[in-house]
Amino acid sequence: MKYLSHGLLAVSALALTTAFAEAKTFVYCSEASPEGFDPSPYTAGTTFDASGHPIYNRLTEFKKGTTEIEPGLAESWEVSEDGTEYTFKLRQGVKFHSNDRFTPTRDFNADDVVFSFQRQGDPNHPWHQYIPGITYEYYTSMDMPNLVKSVEKIDDYTVKFTLNRPEAPFLANIAMPFASIVSKEYADTLEAAGAKEGLNNAPIGTGPFRFVAYQKDAVIRYQKNADYWGEAPKIDDLIFAITPDPSVRLQKLKAGECHLMPYPSPADLESIRADDSLKLDEQPGLNVGYLAYNTTVAPFDNPKVRKALNMAINKEAIIDAVFQGAAEPAKNPIPPTMWSYNEAVEDDPYDPEAAKAMLEEEGVTDLSMNIWAMPVQRPYMPNARRTAELMQEDLSKVGVNAEIVSYEWGEYLQKSMEAGRDGAVILGWTGDNGDPDNFLSVLLSCDAAKEGGANRAFWCNEEFSDLLQQAKVTSEQAERTKLYEQAQVIFKEQAPWLTIAHSTQYVPMRAEVTGFVMSPLGDFTFENVDLAE
Amino acid sequence: MVRFLLSKLLYLIPTFLGITIVAFGFVRILPGDPVLLMAGERGVSPERHAELSAQLGFDKPLVMQYLDFLGRLLQGDLGNSLVTKRPVLDEFLALFPATLELGLCAIIIATLIGVPVGVLAAIKRGSWFDQVSMTSALVGFSMPIFWWGLLLIIFFSGYLGWTPVSGRISLMYYFPEGTGFMLIDSLMSGQDGAFASAVSHLILPSIVLATIPLAVIARQTRSAMLEVMGEDYVRTARAKGMPSRRVIGVHALRNAMIPVVTTIGLQIGVLIAGAILTETIFSWPGIGKWMIDSISRRDYPVVQSGLLLIAGLVMLVNLLVDLTYGLINPRIRAT
Repeated sequence: MKYLSHGLLAVSALALTTAFAEAKTFVYCSEASPEGFDPSPYTAGTTFDASGHPIYNRLTEFKKGTTEIEPGLAESWEVSEDGTEYTFKLRQGVKFHSNDRFTPTRDFNADDVVFSFQRQGDPNHPWHQYIPGITYEYYTSMDMPNLVKSVEKIDDYTVKFTLNRPEAPFLANIAMPFASIVSKEYADTLEAAGAKEGLNNAPIGTGPFRFVAYQKDAVIRYQKNADYWGEAPKIDDLIFAITPDPSVRLQKLKAGECHLMPYPSPADLESIRADDSLKLDEQPGLNVGYLAYNTTVAPFDNPKVRKALNMAINKEAIIDAVFQGAAEPAKNPIPPTMWSYNEAVEDDPYDPEAAKAMLEEEGVTDLSMNIWAMPVQRPYMPNARRTAELMQEDLSKVGVNAEIVSYEWGEYLQKSMEAGRDGAVILGWTGDNGDPDNFLSVLLSCDAAKEGGANRAFWCNEEFSDLLQQAKVTSEQAERTKLYEQAQVIFKEQAPWLTIAHSTQYVPMRAEVTGFVMSPLGDFTFENVDLAE
Repeated sequence: MVRFLLSKLLYLIPTFLGITIVAFGFVRILPGDPVLLMAGERGVSPERHAELSAQLGFDKPLVMQYLDFLGRLLQGDLGNSLVTKRPVLDEFLALFPATLELGLCAIIIATLIGVPVGVLAAIKRGSWFDQVSMTSALVGFSMPIFWWGLLLIIFFSGYLGWTPVSGRISLMYYFPEGTGFMLIDSLMSGQDGAFASAVSHLILPSIVLATIPLAVIARQTRSAMLEVMGEDYVRTARAKGMPSRRVIGVHALRNAMIPVVTTIGLQIGVLIAGAILTETIFSWPGIGKWMIDSISRRDYPVVQSGLLLIAGLVMLVNLLVDLTYGLINPRIRAT
């Protein structure tokens, strides 16, 4: 057993290591600390990996490795004709975890569902502000307060959601970690004990793993939930060893101090591939990196000018230099792994000559513009400054003089949404729930083209927005697909963005790890993993 | 001695007030605000932004916010983190022992090696030992900590496999937190090998964190010794025929120690700065990493109160250093 024993203590620890290995322990070198363990008030993926996924379940779940919806704590559901009423039949016999201050006396039921949603949606709910300053930003940003009219218990195992309008992505929304089901009985117990914050630091859920302990910024420990309603985990103990630096994570992986790690540095990929004790999973990420023109300002209000600029920029060169090959060029605003991706759309070719001619045809000469380069690294954009420099160079070849500007991240996000903004903005998006609406409406609809939205092209195309609206109220996925495919055609014609790339996600792990399934949503879940002998 | 102590304490009050202003102002001078950072790429509507700012108390004028902060501070309330929603003091107390443990180890290493090296280099001035040690000190002083830490990990943990890569103790040991000092807790746990594991995890981070202070202490000791050894009383002592060991050990070293103690005291600030990087490399759950994370998230309460706590500690150490002078040299007590 080489793993989890090292030099100085190898001999003394040998006996324990063996005992340790018998209870199968899986160590994940996570990249950051969770904000807390109540999945509803937080928005970071790291937090969901540590709370929502291992500890909790939702009414609907994403099928492993896909963005398709499957039954979770709800066994089945019915949607009313007009698409505003969802009636869920709940799974019976589902047990909540127990800890030293709580042992459940009943199984999961409708009260837990009603409680889990009302505490987020109703500002007067006694658990809405159970910790001062707590807010439900994901619930709010998915527009749930305006969408959900009521959540009612019909009987112990039936719950009805009434919506203010039909919304096809609703089933995907409630599969997201913020919609995890917490125990009302546990909340009552905590309230009686005057220890409400227990909901956030001593979580109780129905998920595949039971929370054991968290040592801040260091280690999170979980144990397999022996009573899990789904397929029981194959490992006994799950440990998150919080390791912020990617090079150190890799060293730990190589030394056998952990079994799997997220987010390797692109520079390390070669050495990972060369190491026999490791393997590397990869898949295209559910993201897009783009350059958004301000379509309300001349000459960028002219689609032909935007198209010409798109043709002037060499995407392949950006992918080679900035992504180190770990991305594919983007032609649509949604990634190819997402349903309704329009394969038929043709990308604007890289053709500086033609671009220059097009600009001249439109009477655009001596154009000067700003390119905004974000100051942070994101999965969809590893180095915005370098990308901007490459764009600058390409544009200079067609006679466009580009200046690079940047701001502090918070300011960048705010200023880039100010009306009349000068220049084109490099930014991107990582999907929340795998629904195309979560890309197209959030980033390109007329509604999002105002302050507080995220449509940084300020692009408002009635035809495009109508298609999105239609798709939103249609529940049939085949029909929605057609509408979104059409929308992508309009997007390409109008070219509000230069679509840059969809980056690839990599997950290095030790060779003995089996059963790990990469999630297109970028989640790390471990109920299926195992360690080969 | 009591008057000496009181006069020192009196100075601390205005200093402390000054620090509250700096701590409060520092994070607010940085551009960006926590609400925007929380919302990220998605953006937040102006109404929601105003609502959240009001909820966090950021809508009030800065002076009012400062007075609120000061008022709560006087009641011992350091506020809650915007991110974790937990009291800042709780987080500090949970993380501080890790930093203290690492810092103490580092300062002990730096002193135990730095002082003798400095003394020896001074006595054998110009020798190969002097040259090698002082050149190494210069290199150590200029060492980029992050690179140095990674280099040690790759060599000792990766290549040789002698030391663990990161963390405070092997994950197979699990016992409830007692004091927060892993060396003590692992001993008290009674688990076989736990203490050895904690020690092995401390080695590399302590060396990395000790590097800069060690270099500074060695250089300072050498120059202080050289200065003192040129003084009249040392020459007199030598002239009286006093054994060299006694001249150096008693007359020279004792007087040379005053600037050295000051230097060691000042290294506490350097240690905290170094802890930020060292803790990040070695996944060490201490306050250095905590502060960096909080600054990047603009977690105002954590940054302002955290800075205050750290500054308070540095002040306390400086006070102890002042008191130590008194012990080393009674004349300072009188002035």
